[in-house]
Formats: sequence, structure tokens, C-alpha cells
Amino acid sequence: MTPVTELTKPAAAEVAKPIEGYLQAVPEARVDGGVATIDARGIYYKHLNEVVRRCLADGAKKVVLESVNGQRYIGTGLKGAGTRIEVHGTAGQDMAMFMDGPTVEVFGSAQDGVGNTMNAGRVIVHGDAGDVLGYGMRGGQVFIKGDVGYRVGIHMKAYETRHPVMVCGGKARDFFGEYMAGGVLVLLGMDSRIGGPLVGGYIGTGMHGGVIYLRGEVESWQCGKEVGTFPADEKDLATLRPVLEEYCEAFGIDVDEVLSMPFTKLVPISHRPYGKLYTYV
Amino acid sequence: MPISLIQPEFKVHIDYDKCHKCGRCVQQCGWSVYSFNERPIPDDSKCRACHRCVTYCPAHCITIRKNDLALRDNANWSPALRQGVWRQAETGGVMLTGMGNDKPYLSIFDHLLLDACQVTNPSIDPLREPMELRTYLGRKPSAVEVTSDGNGGFRLAEGAGVQKNIKLDVPIIFSPMSYGSVSLPVHRSLAMAAERLGILMNTGEGGLHADLYPYADNVIVQVASGRFGVDPEYLNRGAAVEIKVGQGAKPGIGGHLPGEKINREVSETRMIPQGSDAISPAPHHDIYSIEDLRQLIYSIKEATDYKPVGVKIAAVHNVAAIASGIVRAGADYVHLDGFRGGTGAAPQIIRDHIGIPIELAIAAVDQRLRDEGIRNQASIIAAGSIRSSADLAKAIALGADVVAIGSAALMALGCHMCQGCHTGSCSWGLTTQKPELTRRVDPEWGAERLTNLVSAWSHELQEILGALGVNAVESLRGSRERLRSIGLDEQTGRILGVKPAGV
Repeated sequence: MTPVTELTKPAAAEVAKPIEGYLQAVPEARVDGGVATIDARGIYYKHLNEVVRRCLADGAKKVVLESVNGQRYIGTGLKGAGTRIEVHGTAGQDMAMFMDGPTVEVFGSAQDGVGNTMNAGRVIVHGDAGDVLGYGMRGGQVFIKGDVGYRVGIHMKAYETRHPVMVCGGKARDFFGEYMAGGVLVLLGMDSRIGGPLVGGYIGTGMHGGVIYLRGEVESWQCGKEVGTFPADEKDLATLRPVLEEYCEAFGIDVDEVLSMPFTKLVPISHRPYGKLYTYV
Repeated sequence: MPISLIQPEFKVHIDYDKCHKCGRCVQQCGWSVYSFNERPIPDDSKCRACHRCVTYCPAHCITIRKNDLALRDNANWSPALRQGVWRQAETGGVMLTGMGNDKPYLSIFDHLLLDACQVTNPSIDPLREPMELRTYLGRKPSAVEVTSDGNGGFRLAEGAGVQKNIKLDVPIIFSPMSYGSVSLPVHRSLAMAAERLGILMNTGEGGLHADLYPYADNVIVQVASGRFGVDPEYLNRGAAVEIKVGQGAKPGIGGHLPGEKINREVSETRMIPQGSDAISPAPHHDIYSIEDLRQLIYSIKEATDYKPVGVKIAAVHNVAAIASGIVRAGADYVHLDGFRGGTGAAPQIIRDHIGIPIELAIAAVDQRLRDEGIRNQASIIAAGSIRSSADLAKAIALGADVVAIGSAALMALGCHMCQGCHTGSCSWGLTTQKPELTRRVDPEWGAERLTNLVSAWSHELQEILGALGVNAVESLRGSRERLRSIGLDEQTGRILGVKPAGV
């Protein structure tokens, strides 16, 4: 593996040709005691992520990205449970996509596609996040402090020891937990900057596995016809508590305050929602 | 009332004078047609005419005939339509079926003829002269920098902008068929044959079984909306990654592998619980636009150190504009699947009535990409009923780089097109997960038959190229001047860019 310092620099002509306003230049990484710090200001994502990967390959345990402003694919495809990426600024699309182990913490907000098809690891976002979070996620945890957009937790699934968990602290829009096949999806409605209801419509449409917990209540029109709605009982809250404890620890919130309101539990009515749809020719 | 108005489609006839009463038919039939009481007794209603029993009967005493029940002629209400109404009145269900569209739509391939050289420019004998079939799959640069090698020759300059391509020894690959829809021995046969032939097989959307890891250089790994088995390791194993947006047999429809087919091994490969339905949503929920597609292509490239990423779509009305968007989104190849493409399971109404023929899609896409000056940026893979080396040559002349074969590959492994893939009881052990059936396919045997088929088509393609007087498949690509149409209307000819025969 080429050390960071020996990366081929793009030709001067390429640097002079910015892509969508980002410079095509390989940023410097300041390495100090296993911690690499990179100033991402104005750097094109491809070069930024290349340096992140090289830093980790060179043995860095933690990579700090400063002045991030919408760069895509941070942490995408990265493996290894021991590594940690800190993002200061606003992370771009598909952060931690296909990620398999590392922890990514964003001090700011994130855009769409956080934890898309993620396998393992942890994502912590101290601000809001966009649409399609945790799509097809198979494991690991995604914790968002604030509001989230549309299509959050679509087709999350569990497999053997892998149980994905996503907790969103604010409100969410339509299609929350659609097609969900496994895992735990939680919405708290506590740290919100938007008006309107806790969550939009079409919650859990096509759901055939996993569980959704909402802090508060939903109307039946908001839910897909494949889900059943129940008040969370003591047993549910006992399984929810450790999940929320981890979430609260990440953001310094009091878990008892989170649990001070009743939760609603949404589960699929059938694990085979389309089992009787067909006749064989 | 009778139990069902639907009468058996076939009659199973056993010549009991010849029958050994050995019971092999009972054992071979995956559909449980036969019971045994001193001699085999068939239940006609269960027969799908797959000929497994016929093939394995040591006395050759079984005959399958059409059940020739007369229904009053009605050119409007075909027997099949009448049966469909009865079936749905009985069950209230969506009619599910397997394999490709079987309706008698016009076959354009059958109305195209290839050229040959006579007198003025010589044809070439491929048996004695080199005939290049090698094809590179992937993005080609618009221009390359070269430097002198000092001996009067040239070499590509360093960093000439040439992106990773995949070398194929012949322009034929195996179509995506997922492990789950087909059995593991089928996947192993395809992978072994792909390695021997220097071509590719495609995992389909069901993940990559560990038995196929040694063949990973000859495997395209697919990412579909269900994201089954997709993790960084899976993406990095394949020679290329394919984003499956659509399938020719069921454009716009998601997949649905019933829980009965999800046994332990399929569950491990797909990374979903055993016995649960594997539901692929109709769209990828992270692709709602060309920009979103670009985002997914590049996320996969970021996760794989910039491997080739292709996009598979069903051939639909506006296919040329869609393909242009796919190429501009950064795809290294576009995989077009025509409306006759096969499937493990699809609603019959979708399979038989949605999409367009692959011939028109190839021509429209190739022309559009040329007009826009971006044809070099992506290869075109054409699929959706490539039935012979003639279809292969015609597809390439229309503008395809490579063809993909699925139904033909399954037929090489014993498939008789009985259209029962969705039932999970394939007597030939192909589209089933029942161990007593899947063990019928020996991967060594399967790989040899697949290798034979592709080798035979390759020889025939070389013969066709020789007759055309060219010595490389590259010279036929998009060369529509070497095609003529017969019996096609003028409008269709214009879309194909093919003149009528005689002109």
C-alpha cells in the first residue's frame, strides 16, 4: 500500500478543472499518534475518500475530517470494527453505505442514504439527516439526534446474529419502515425543528418482519395495512431500554426522560403478506 | 360442481406391454404425476410435459401427448384465455408462471438475414485463418495518449485514461439467474463453464455462494432492490458489479422468492432468515432519478476501488433515452433485456404484455448513443431470447457488444421449457431447492454441456464472420449494412436501420 505522502498528485490541469465546485486535489493528512486529521475544505469526494482509505490502511485508528461540506460516500465500503471516523460539517449522500464495522460520528447533519445497505458498525449524527436512511440495512446501529426525511428504514432486515437498529430523535416523513423485514426502528419526536405530526403516512407498508417503536401515537390512516399497532407493554420497553440507553449515551440524553412517555409498537400482521396473492399456472 | 373446470393439458400414456414396472418414472417425476400400484398410474392433471420420465424410462414406453379435447373454435377467445378466466374465478389469484413470453408475437430476428461475400471481396475460411471473437466489456476512452516505444512503434502513455475492462474470449455471457431461483449445482455449472470459456456468469440478485468463490474472476455480482447478500466482500469478489433495475420478463415488477425456496444455504447466501419470503421491491428505493442512479454507481465504485459497474434494464418503450441516461450516469455497460426474456417466476399478464422486443431495443439504444457521441462510454449487453448463433450474430450487427443467454443455458442443462420454474419442483433439478432434485445436476456434466453449447455457437459465429469477409467480431458490431429485412414493415426497418432484402 502506498503511504499517503506518496500518492500520485493529479496533474495541475486536473486540479484547475474543479468538479461541481470541488478541487481535484489530494488533501494532506496530518498524522499524530494513530489519529489522522484531514482538511476536507473544497476537496472532491474521490480524493478525500482515497486519503481516508490510505490513512486506515497505514494503521490510523481514527480519522478526523474537518470542514466537510457535502462530500459523498464517507465511510462507504469500509471494514474493520476498531476504526473511527469523525466528521465535522455536513456529510454528503450515502455516508457509511455498505459499511462493515467502523464507527462514523458526524458533528453536524448528514444528507440522504446514511447507512444504506450497511452490514455492521455504528453511525452517530448529531444533527438532522435526509431521506432513505438505512435502506436494506442488515446490521449495526444508526443514531440520528434530530429530524429525518422520507423513506427511512425501508427494507431493514435481520439475519442470524445481525439485528440492525436505527433510532431517530426528531420527526420523520412518509414511508417510515416500509417493506421492513427485520431489526428495530425507533422514532422519538423529541429533538425536532419541523412542524406537523410525529411521522407521515404509509408507515410499515409491506412490512413483514422487525419492529417499529414510536414515542407517542399514530392514527390508523398513517399505517400500512400490513402492520398491527399496539401500545408498548413492559416487556417491549424492557427490550427497548438497552437500545435507548446506547442512543442516550451517544448524545448525553437522560434515558428515563425518553421513556417517560408511552410508546406505540408496530409489528407486521403476517410474515408472508403476499403468500396468498398468486395462483400457479 | 366439479372441483375444477380446467382439464389436463397433457395425456400421459404408458405402454404397459413394454413397461418394466420398475417405478423409475415415479421416482423421477418432480410433479408427483405417478402413483404405483403394481404398475405406474399417471395423474394427467399434474403433468407439465417436462419429459423427465420419458427420458429416464428404460423401456421407452411413456408418451406424453397434448390433451386434444375439442373446444368450440373461437379466434377471439383462445382456449388459454378461457382457462385463465376459469382459473382466476376459482382462486382469485394473480396467475404466476415461469420462463419467457410464449405468445406468438412477431420475431424480428426471424425476419432478418445476414450478408455474405461473393466474387468481388473474398470470404474468409475460419478453419484456416485467424478469426477474432475477443470482446472487451466496459468503458472505452474517447481518445488515448500514446508514446513512441523507440522502435518505431507506440505504447499507451501512462495514465492514458483507459478504465478497467473485462476480457471475454467470446461475446456470450450467462444471464443473471439467482441462487434460490435456480439450484446450487446450476450456479456451479455456470461458473465452471464461464471459467473454461473465458466468459462471465452472473449471480443474479441472490448473493454469491461460497462454492463459487474460486470462480469470482468470471462472475458478475448483482445488486438488486432487495440487496440480498450485498456487503463489501460480495461487491469486491466479482469481476464487475451489476445494478439490476429491470428484467425483460417482468419490467417494473419486483421479485418474490417464496419462503419455501429459502432453505438454510439459500438463507446464508441471501443473508435473510430461513423460510421468510425474499421480497425485492419493484424500485430501488434509493433510485428515483438518473442522478440517484449515478449516486449508486459511484457508491459501488467507491466500495470496490472502481470496478466496472453495469446497469440492467428491461427493454421498454423509451429505452433509448433511459439507456442514454444510464451511460451518462457513469455505467460501464448497459444490459438490455427484451420482452421475451425468461424468469423464475412472473405474473403471466406482465410477462406476456409488457416491454418491447430486444431487436428494436438494441437498434434504438445503439443509434441513440452514437447520435449523442457517447457510444464508446459503455458496452451494450443484449438478452431476451437469444436462441442460436444466428440471433447472436444479428444482435451484434444491430449494435450489441455481447449477448447474454439464460433460457438456452438452462436448456443445455436439461430444461424442456415446461414453464414450471415458479413451482420449485423442477424434475430436472434446475429451478428447485429440494435436495432429492438438485442432486440430479452434476456440475461437471453441466459445465461440459454449457461449454459445448457456447463453443459450438462460437464456431458458428466464426463461420458467419468468414462468410461476411471480416476477421473480427469487432467488424460486425453495429454494421447494419450487413443485415437485410424480409417481411418487415418500412417503419420497423427504419427503426432497425436495416434495408429490405433486394436493395
